[in-house]
Amino acid sequence: MYESHEHLQTLTEIRSLMERSSKFLSLSGLSGVSAGVVALAGAAVVYTRLRADWVSALGYLPAGSYTDTTHAALVPFLVQVAVAVLVLALLSGTYFTVRKARRQEQRVWNASSRRLLWAMLIPLATGGLFCLVLLMHKLIWLAFPATLIFYGLALLNGSRYTVRDVESLGYCEIGLGLLALVWPGYNLLAWAIGFGVLHIVYGLTMYYKYERNTA
Amino acid sequence: MIDLLAQFNKAFESKARLNIMSVLMVNDSMSFNALKELLSLTDGNLATHLRALEESGYIAVSKQFVGRKPNTTYAATDTGRQAFQDHLNALEAFIKNL
Repeated sequence: MYESHEHLQTLTEIRSLMERSSKFLSLSGLSGVSAGVVALAGAAVVYTRLRADWVSALGYLPAGSYTDTTHAALVPFLVQVAVAVLVLALLSGTYFTVRKARRQEQRVWNASSRRLLWAMLIPLATGGLFCLVLLMHKLIWLAFPATLIFYGLALLNGSRYTVRDVESLGYCEIGLGLLALVWPGYNLLAWAIGFGVLHIVYGLTMYYKYERNTA
Repeated sequence: MIDLLAQFNKAFESKARLNIMSVLMVNDSMSFNALKELLSLTDGNLATHLRALEESGYIAVSKQFVGRKPNTTYAATDTGRQAFQDHLNALEAFIKNL
């Protein structure tokens, strides 16, 4: 009996080692929550600025109406907000993940986190450039669904190297991006849901599923 | 019962060796330092186990230089993968039969 217990333990240990060595499991749920809060704040800033008629102000207007100055001024403003959101979300996300890794006594920068980052970087960089070109062609409204779709693809690609739950988040972002493409009037709303609400929901789920007991 | 135990691989008798193999099963290759950190073994201990596995033909060693630092990486061979699978199957059968 004692021996069987020992063998079971060996199997459990093997399983955990296989997972720990090939996946980055220190991703904190709180990182998702903080990124979501930052994104919601960003969406609120954009909304206040465009309150007058935010549905049409995003550029979903008949072709040829992009020449007026309000829309020209909109592009740098949107890019600035997007970049600020991205930087703040990354900073706060990194903070919570580093903190979790320290608690688990794991290194943050190891083979699995490098793989995760690389898997996400290619779709993200492609998406970033794609959106810049869209803005260059003054297709502002298209950039919103595009960021969601490319981000979803990046998550899907990265989910191989971290907890599987990231995969579901990826599917949601892609679906939402496609919906936003069909109803461009709700671009900002879709963006707020995708980067704000979904991140918070995902983060809290992760936190309660994996971290609450160990925190 | 005796039959099942006979299939247990002697090379995997030590837990450290079994752990090294399980890491190399899911990673294409792994450096000495990464293994050391993951398994929390000492240099000497890890080196001994790695040499034993290498001598059984279960892992392949490749040495390169990164700048001037030597960098040794380890990967599981096909023989090693097969042996590891067999060993796990034997373990599983053993537990099921109790």
